[in-house]
Amino acid sequence: MPHDHNHHPHSLLPSDPALRVQALETILTRKGLVDPAAMEAILETYETQVGPHLGAQVVARAWSDPAYLALLRQDANRAIAELGITGRQGEHVVAVENTPQTHNMVVCTLCSCYPWPLLGIPPAWYKSDAYRARAVREPRAVLADFGVTLPAEQSIRVWDSTAEIRYLVIPMRPQGTEGWDPARLTTLITRDSMIGTGLARAPAAPA
Amino acid sequence: MNHPHDMGGRFGDGAVVPTPDGIAPYDADWHRMALGLTLAAGGLGAWTIDAARHARESLDPDDYARFSYYEKWLAALADLLVDRGLVSTAELAQGDAAPKPLADRAWRAGNVAAALARGTPYAREGAAPVFRIGDRVRSRALAENAYVKGGHIRLPRYAAGKEGRVLLSHGPHVFPDKNAHALGEAPEPLYTVGFSASDLWDQPENPADQVTVDLWESYLEPA
Repeated sequence: MPHDHNHHPHSLLPSDPALRVQALETILTRKGLVDPAAMEAILETYETQVGPHLGAQVVARAWSDPAYLALLRQDANRAIAELGITGRQGEHVVAVENTPQTHNMVVCTLCSCYPWPLLGIPPAWYKSDAYRARAVREPRAVLADFGVTLPAEQSIRVWDSTAEIRYLVIPMRPQGTEGWDPARLTTLITRDSMIGTGLARAPAAPA
Repeated sequence: MNHPHDMGGRFGDGAVVPTPDGIAPYDADWHRMALGLTLAAGGLGAWTIDAARHARESLDPDDYARFSYYEKWLAALADLLVDRGLVSTAELAQGDAAPKPLADRAWRAGNVAAALARGTPYAREGAAPVFRIGDRVRSRALAENAYVKGGHIRLPRYAAGKEGRVLLSHGPHVFPDKNAHALGEAPEPLYTVGFSASDLWDQPENPADQVTVDLWESYLEPA
């Protein structure tokens, strides 16, 4: 068989991905390899429970509580576990803090490694070829795609997640939030600000 | 000499398209099932995360380029299922299989929360790190698996043969170059190495910028 693609078994499946996934589901459930109820439970976890609101709790607490920030720096997994956050793709967490001198940004050029227990399933752009290809070579141009411009004197450190270490960016706390409690602070902390393609939101100007 | 996934620093890609904040929705209905099947089948324990990554990066380069993200996952899942003898090529071609009771090793709904929360830690006991934080190191010149031709490696091509500085030391971690190929976990000290943008790129956006890469000890030599 001279055709290039035929050495991969997947080419035996229908090429339309919707039909392809249906065929695999039929095979795996009929063979007793996947329990549909278990699959549903996995999906519901990431659809309803695990998402960037969890990472935001970590950031807000770090902004508010110096002892917590110290623990986060020293042992991030212990710090997030204090908030009940553990799990798959977050076994080895490192928190990296933005400062006026250094902005941090996270990518996985080789695949799509991402801190799932803190931020949930990665958004499509994080997994895109464009982000994976460009973030390491031209992070400032990529930030421009997100509408973010950094001062030239602020250097960028791009963290390429090539191992099982998962990076959480701690954005800078916006000015004008003195006295805010952590719950209110979380309203300013976006998913992208914890990946480093965004900044924490500024508090809305009083009406 | 390299696989198509190794795209860091590549020219020619277009704009990155941001998406709204919050839990990301599925971009197509079938994405939901592709994600669920991949995670549930991964729970069988028939392959490691390193083997799963290698299956995706071993796709035909044409397929890798034209497949969307979850199509890569599905194709790799089918290839792994056949490779591990869990599904036959006849069953794939048929899109069906004879019914069997639920396997003992398949995840049950009641175990999902605990299994997801537990995760799979990759830190291991092992040799003390040779390099210290602050040491200058040089990465291996070729981003190629030293044990298996065309095998899995986590040294991106753009960071091969470059000099950098050890920023973090994580202790021994499972070594993907061996673990992906059933050669054992072979833990090695893992480091985060910082490279200056001006050492990686001929025309960096800003010479003060840095890229860090997580690298295992055998990828590195003293500089």
